[in-house]
Amino acid sequence: MANALAPQKTMTIGEGGSALTFALLAILSIVVAAKAHTPEYAFHAYLFTAASIAAVFVIVNRYYERPAAQPPLEIDGKPNYNMGPVKFTSFAAVFWGIAGFTVGLVIALQLAFPVLNFDLPWTTFGRLRPLHTSAVIFAFGGNVLIATSFYVVQRTCRARLAGNIAPWFVVLGYNFFIVIAGTGYLLGITQSKEYAEPEWYSDLFLTVVWVVYFLVFLATIMRRKEPHIYVANWFYLAFIVTIAVLHLGNNATVPVSIFSPKSYIVWSGVQDAMVQWWYGHNAVGFFLTAGFLAIMYYFIPKRADRPVYSYRLSIIHFWALIFLYIWAGPHHLHYTALPDWAQTLGMTFSIMLWMPSWGGMINGIMTLSGAWDKLRTDPVLRMMVVSVAFYGMSTFEGPMMSVKVVNSLSHYTDWTIGHVHSGALGWVGYVSFGALYCLIPWLWNRPLYSLKLVNWHFWISTIGIVLYITAMWVSGILQGLMWRAYTKLGFLEYSFVETVEAMHPFYIIRALGGLLFLAGALLMAWNLIKTVTAAEEAEPAKLALAPAE
Amino acid sequence: MSLWQKHAIFEKNSIVLVIGILVVIAIGGLVEIVPLFYLKNTIEKVEGVRPYTPLELAGRNVYVREGCYLCHSQMIRPLRDEVERYGHYSLAAESMYDKPFQWGSKRTGPDLARVGGKYSDDWHRDHLKDPRSVVPGSVMPKYSWLAETELDFKHVAQDLKVQALLGVPYNADMIAKAQADVVTQATTDSPDAADLAKRYPKAQARDFDGNPASVTEADALIAYLQMLGTQVDFKLYDDKANIR
Repeated sequence: MANALAPQKTMTIGEGGSALTFALLAILSIVVAAKAHTPEYAFHAYLFTAASIAAVFVIVNRYYERPAAQPPLEIDGKPNYNMGPVKFTSFAAVFWGIAGFTVGLVIALQLAFPVLNFDLPWTTFGRLRPLHTSAVIFAFGGNVLIATSFYVVQRTCRARLAGNIAPWFVVLGYNFFIVIAGTGYLLGITQSKEYAEPEWYSDLFLTVVWVVYFLVFLATIMRRKEPHIYVANWFYLAFIVTIAVLHLGNNATVPVSIFSPKSYIVWSGVQDAMVQWWYGHNAVGFFLTAGFLAIMYYFIPKRADRPVYSYRLSIIHFWALIFLYIWAGPHHLHYTALPDWAQTLGMTFSIMLWMPSWGGMINGIMTLSGAWDKLRTDPVLRMMVVSVAFYGMSTFEGPMMSVKVVNSLSHYTDWTIGHVHSGALGWVGYVSFGALYCLIPWLWNRPLYSLKLVNWHFWISTIGIVLYITAMWVSGILQGLMWRAYTKLGFLEYSFVETVEAMHPFYIIRALGGLLFLAGALLMAWNLIKTVTAAEEAEPAKLALAPAE
Repeated sequence: MSLWQKHAIFEKNSIVLVIGILVVIAIGGLVEIVPLFYLKNTIEKVEGVRPYTPLELAGRNVYVREGCYLCHSQMIRPLRDEVERYGHYSLAAESMYDKPFQWGSKRTGPDLARVGGKYSDDWHRDHLKDPRSVVPGSVMPKYSWLAETELDFKHVAQDLKVQALLGVPYNADMIAKAQADVVTQATTDSPDAADLAKRYPKAQARDFDGNPASVTEADALIAYLQMLGTQVDFKLYDDKANIR
């Protein structure tokens, strides 16, 4: 009788289908590895083989280990949240963050001391620079976005994450993509499109991961118990949808052969340049802005224990931001062979973009109305509020640099690098750190190990950011002015290499700034690891005290 | 019912929200990108611009692989100091066969759009081997292994075939002779050089890396660098024909 009542254990379509797909992928990868044109590509094919076989093993093993019934959507009327993938990605973010900041420090030092290129193919600046940008943007930033989006969508919809294997496929698949992309750069596999360097096969794999990510996110929203979709989820959705569109447009390539890592893009020359910066600027707009604004809209109100300042402002902020951002790409191509009208459109929309950006900043900062005192006592909240202030600063600087006259000086110089880093370190970095400091204690249901360390992290990295961006302002403007300096007789005053030599002291200051930022992140990593492990150690002691109550 | 309340339709229907996002983000991209495939000044053909020879293409792929574009632009802006430093401002047509484009975004080193013919092959060879031997203040990495690495051009015909599929005017003859053309162009006084120049006008054929024994990656890269910006004869170019 008991047996008849217990549900029959069967493999779900998801389990069977994905195990079969991975098995087929493993066979395909072995064939590709055997016939690959280059050893680097064969190495990647073997990685795909190993990962696919591991995936089949894990899926089958998981099937035998799991109970017959699928995990319930609710337990005692409360949503049965699926936080495993969130836990994984939040620590993956910490790991990739440290890795990405370290590579950044290395390449900063290479520009000051070229001997650090070590005269080896895989350690030159040209191969490490994409490793740095991809590690910080896509590995660190991407894992923060996946972690927070999977957390926020469950909490604000009061629903369990959709899918069984799918969420794990998203987080593990995404991190596998990062491994492929990163090792590829070191081995010289790149299509040379900035911030979209991975070659066709990694792009194809990422497309599958991203579509599953979108479906999991959307299906979870559809399960929601709340009638309204919370504002943070609008931003996450815009980020996921738009990045998919951009990724497909900018990576439309034809491989030389299935056995070759090399591909050629369907666009060429000026059209390719426009598509690239339509992608490139909106990677900033939707990956590094819309996604992280979603973090702002959830974590700041939550931490400050105050509602979002203005609901109406958030509506305007959302639609105006996503509409205007898409137009801003051509400001990367001022005075190039791109037609003037396109450049002017890019500049005009970049300036207009200042308004929704500051609207969003006001909405974030003013959420603290009535809770300003918490800035003094809570360094985590302080970090997030300062991140929004940096957001305001770099979204003012950006429109200013998009003005053609300003751009004629700033373009091709370190000023751009400084601008990017005030946004990346100040805004994206700090709002991510703030979110991780909230998220990890919430996920493990334990207090943060040390607020004092957060305070140290905040001040050390703030000094780092200030050193970084001021060094880049000075070196950028200096170099721009030196390039266009004329002698009284009407000759160019400086040879190119004289302007390079003038950068040396600023490159050292910049590296020092990067070192401080990395040191701060290491403090964070230690603090977060201690939060998870120290509390575990403390628990038996608590139990021992229990009878005395 | 105020306008604000109407927004509820997006907040209560996830599919409507997704469609709204797609519509709003499509507009800007379409307006800015689509015309570039039709306007005269972005698709003009200029006398002298030709597809890369197989050796130049292989060199270009080395340039891409090593991430040269991260420090060197290939786009001269029409500003007085740039035109005096680097030469005539870049035309859209000059990168019409560039897949992908290499305009770059940063000048840690100088612009290379017209570096072709500015320095000797010897200079390039020394510079790649040790940049500070010829430019003491340079911060460029050493690329000494390029001259020691044999160029892999077994599949170069396949590269041309794919580019032809994507609209680059490589004909069947060019594809058939691609592999042989690599060797021809990397050889000094090759008997086939005249034939090569017929397929690729103004193609320079010689041993670029000073090592006649083999075709190396340095051969390919220097061949590419030496042709950059040399295709258009600006004495004949009419810059009023396509005012931009």
